[in-house]
Amino acid sequence: MEQFIQLTVNGLADGAILTLAALGFVLIYKASGVINFAQGFFLAVGAYVLWTAIVEVGLHWTLGVLVALAVGALLGISVERLLLRPLVGQPIIAVIMVTIGLAQILEASIDLIWGTEPRTFPDFIPSGAVEVLGARITEGRLWALGLTALALIAFGLFFTRSRQGIAMRAVADDQQAAMVMGISVRRTYAIAWALAGVSAVVGGMLVANLTGVSQSVAGFGLLVFPVVILGGLDSVPGAVVGGAIIGLLTSYTGGYIGGGLQTVIPYIALVAILMVRPYGLFGQVRIERV
Amino acid sequence: MLKVENIEVVYDEVILVLRGLSLEVAEGKVVALLGSNGAGKSTTLKAISGLLPSEDGEITDGEISFRDRPITGSDAAEIVRRGISQVLEGRRVFEHLTTDENLRAGGHTRDGNLAAGLEQVYDYFPALADRKTQTAGYLSGGEQQMLAIGRALMTEPQLMTLDEPSLGLAPRLVTEIFEIVRRLNQELGTTILIVEQNARLALEIADYAYIMENGRIVLDGDARELASNPDVQEFYLGVTESGGRRSYRDVKHYRRRKRWL
Repeated sequence: MEQFIQLTVNGLADGAILTLAALGFVLIYKASGVINFAQGFFLAVGAYVLWTAIVEVGLHWTLGVLVALAVGALLGISVERLLLRPLVGQPIIAVIMVTIGLAQILEASIDLIWGTEPRTFPDFIPSGAVEVLGARITEGRLWALGLTALALIAFGLFFTRSRQGIAMRAVADDQQAAMVMGISVRRTYAIAWALAGVSAVVGGMLVANLTGVSQSVAGFGLLVFPVVILGGLDSVPGAVVGGAIIGLLTSYTGGYIGGGLQTVIPYIALVAILMVRPYGLFGQVRIERV
Repeated sequence: MLKVENIEVVYDEVILVLRGLSLEVAEGKVVALLGSNGAGKSTTLKAISGLLPSEDGEITDGEISFRDRPITGSDAAEIVRRGISQVLEGRRVFEHLTTDENLRAGGHTRDGNLAAGLEQVYDYFPALADRKTQTAGYLSGGEQQMLAIGRALMTEPQLMTLDEPSLGLAPRLVTEIFEIVRRLNQELGTTILIVEQNARLALEIADYAYIMENGRIVLDGDARELASNPDVQEFYLGVTESGGRRSYRDVKHYRRRKRWL
């Protein structure tokens, strides 16, 4: 029983980080229909920048986090401006290939700048543990849960209350109609990418806190694919449920079966869901009036 | 107020859609733009709203000015800020947003509070007030058209252009929507440029009308005069000279021969 609780909490916490990483992915897909294969490396870049700011430069961790968030937003905006804007109107396959290329570039750049040696993540996130129903939960995981909850509330309010948030959803629905409302489609894309960058930095921070700073952060980030396919590419609640399911699945498989199956199981789930519900659990089904 | 001078529009760099089209819309008036399918009516409105780049179209010649300032080739968002808003053909509401959110999206360029604007729209369209929190994709066709007009109204337009607001609606709803357009013009002073296939209704509410064929204006004049023009009656209003029926063969023959230019 204790093991079950332990695995559940760990799974949920990992799922929360996945959700956070998937949020950025969903935002971009929703606003511009682009599938960003480089999302995992956004997480890795975030983790490395954090490490540099806090360990190398010696900034206070609050300042370091702010710097990393800014870099994340900037990374997102520049990718949109430099790589994707020239591709507006091109076939979607071209755009997808560009994001795959971008993933390679980011991976290589990380090796070039920071080398391949793993670094220890600065320990500003408390490393204690609390006892819940007999299971030990590290504070890092509690942070993951808390931060994700916070991010979700913030995104939820942004999309239903704020002018820019509603404008983003409008663009996602019908670009031309959004244009005749005076909504700038370009600015909307830029904001979507900036937000994706920011959420990737937070995700990268939480992953690196658990695993250390290395390219494996990006590997964890790649798990966004099973998450978003499961939840639906364009659904925020889908990212939450998808994250939780994949997190729990991995955690249970690792705890009860083991043998490395836990690294494969998310992708088995991915294939299964594609066969049953190709648009995911919460994906947008086209509205058709009859 | 709006002046379109000799514009030429090319799609995909080869297809010439508008060939030297000119028209003028005077402040406070309702102007109708009539013509058969493929004449270039929608393209004209898109050129005015700056939507052509999103469809691979381009204004290659001529000039469009609004209040004596050129808007040719301006960004669509900028043109909305200048005071021109278009109600697109086929309603095009934001399907996954609620009625209220659709209107809020329309208020994107407004300063400050949207409450006054929302109230005004719900005032003109009481049917929408009962559906505030409903997903727009599930509204009826008439309600969607009202929402599309209300959404355009939220941008506080000085000139509202409407692309076939009667499309696919029951006759009773069409009359209702035209009545509201007339009221917007009279009560708010919004200038209207309306593209219609339903020439009879359009000429009824319009002050002035243009008739298009093959990418240019072939006839224009006071709406009442046009309505009594025998050519217009024959081609657009379905009235024949004698008032009786004519053989389909005659009509075809006559049509083939008859061109305004």
